[in-house]
Amino acid sequence: MKTSIGLTLAATLLASTALAQDKQVTIASWGGSYQEAQSKALFQPAAEATGIAVKEETYGGMSDVRLQVSSGAVTLDIVASGSGSAARAGAEGLLEPLDYDVIDVSSFYPTLKSEFCVGGDVFSTVYAWNTDTYTDAAPQSWADFWDVETFPGSRAYRGKVAGALEPALMADGVAPEDVYSVLDSEDGIERAINKIRELKPNIAVFWSSGAQHAQLMKDGEVDMTTGWNGRFDNAAKDGAKVAYSFNQALLDYDCFAIPKGAPNRDTAMEFLAEISKAEYQDDLPKYITYGPTNKAAYDTGVISAEVAAGLPSSPENAALQLPISLEWYAKWETIADEMYQEMLTE
Amino acid sequence: MSDMSINASGLRRDETMERMRLLGLSSPALILVLVIMVIPVGWLFYVSFIGADGQFSLENYERMIKRKSYMRIFYTTFQISLLTTGLCILIGYPLAYFMSQLPQRIANLCLITVLLPFWTSLLVRTYAWLVLLQKRGLVNDWAMSLGLWDEPIKMVHNMTGTLIGMVHIMLPFLILPVYGAMRAIDRDYLKAAANLGASPRRAFWTVFFPLSTPGVFAGALMVFVLCLGFFVTPAVLGGGKVIMVSMKIVSNIELFVNWGAASALGVVLMLLTVAVLWIASRFLNLEKMAGGGH
Repeated sequence: MKTSIGLTLAATLLASTALAQDKQVTIASWGGSYQEAQSKALFQPAAEATGIAVKEETYGGMSDVRLQVSSGAVTLDIVASGSGSAARAGAEGLLEPLDYDVIDVSSFYPTLKSEFCVGGDVFSTVYAWNTDTYTDAAPQSWADFWDVETFPGSRAYRGKVAGALEPALMADGVAPEDVYSVLDSEDGIERAINKIRELKPNIAVFWSSGAQHAQLMKDGEVDMTTGWNGRFDNAAKDGAKVAYSFNQALLDYDCFAIPKGAPNRDTAMEFLAEISKAEYQDDLPKYITYGPTNKAAYDTGVISAEVAAGLPSSPENAALQLPISLEWYAKWETIADEMYQEMLTE
Repeated sequence: MSDMSINASGLRRDETMERMRLLGLSSPALILVLVIMVIPVGWLFYVSFIGADGQFSLENYERMIKRKSYMRIFYTTFQISLLTTGLCILIGYPLAYFMSQLPQRIANLCLITVLLPFWTSLLVRTYAWLVLLQKRGLVNDWAMSLGLWDEPIKMVHNMTGTLIGMVHIMLPFLILPVYGAMRAIDRDYLKAAANLGASPRRAFWTVFFPLSTPGVFAGALMVFVLCLGFFVTPAVLGGGKVIMVSMKIVSNIELFVNWGAASALGVVLMLLTVAVLWIASRFLNLEKMAGGGH
């Protein structure tokens, strides 16, 4: 018995030294079809090319990272995150700054990376409408979304502040490029919230998830909603009468970050450099209708013109949209969300 | 004299032994309660006083006073809990009374149908209401094809839908104790009342109803307290406009990435619940109610 324990111990020690020589990273994402797409397009091919062993996990978001970092037991090397929560986690000191000498972002859209998080895919917050309800003319701007005279019908809107204030200001006549400077004060935030108050009698549902806003359109429960473009594409594939526009949409992205004190920090940096290359990113749209963050991915010939026309980050579509300002979210999100909740509970 | 003292010390020894055994037998449960109740609740209190910077702070409580939404969320939570409890009594009491008048065998069958919903997940039942009640749902479709109403009625994504869903889920919690209390009422009392000339109605109100109230209070209290912590049903059927405390706890964890901001809400909800129980205990005999309402 004793010998067998001794042997096991020795074997474990040997195995761990052997593993330490091989490079490996642990990546956490959100599971489901999203992680499957990332795995097939990015993680697996990059692991094969670099020889870095990849262990995939699912996790519950930045609160998990906070727990790991504050307890000093960090097991994750790379986490997939929303851009906004990554910005806040970075400001809180939960993430390692990324080394852009290692990760080549020269052909990235400049707004799709930050000090702590490098963009992995691009999505849009759009307005979508029921094509049975609006047969003659479709809404073409946020002002149309607010115009219940020309476009009568019920609306759905997000139940959280993220991506909710920018459309309201654009509907109130603020030019897209001025939106974040107007929002840079409590008065500006209140102005946007007041605009939502104005529409509130026509808002039947404040949605809380992508699955929910897709279902609302599928069931015809509301005639117009805000939401994430990929979900509407999937709903339309399932036969939902739904269309959306990229005009004045909010261009946002998911990104990859390295938790503070990650066990394989340098390997993780190397791996992020690999999956940020155009040759991997151009495969992503095969599995999910989210666009690459690396502009060069459009030039490799893998993404057809037809597919590109439907992706949020295609140069034509990106030009129509307002990129999300992470600085604004890092500075204002908690305050703005509390103010938003006051409007919701009135 | 000496015999008696020997006897007394023997008795005392036996009593101590008995107590030790009892303590030994109950210790697993005591330890379990300590580990899964007392320690986490203590931790909850402690964390609620930790600010975003990790230092001792009252900011999590200050925020709840400063922002009007918290007050409204607590108000909504108590309003929904009260309304659900009231509706459960209005619907559940007659049903329990009806069941208590049936022969035991048939009553048992009815009891099984009351309990049947427990066998289905709460989430499934909640989504089923969504399918039934939505704009192009079954209820609106049928009612409109039967000509009951012309325009779809908004029955979900609001307070109405939330209440329908919650009453449906909470009803068994009310019916069971009420039914139990009614079964325990001696029929001879009613016969005696009739014998003394009371009409059936009078016999019900002066004899049967007062005897059944402990069951009603027990059921109502259970429903009310369970409602206070409800999450799934209001989240799905409330349309994002009906916000209860549990939902705010979740959104605060996501928003502040800080347990304290959510813990403070949990502490206040728990204190309010304890206050409700305390007030209830001033007027009602909780122990008697928990004992089955005789």
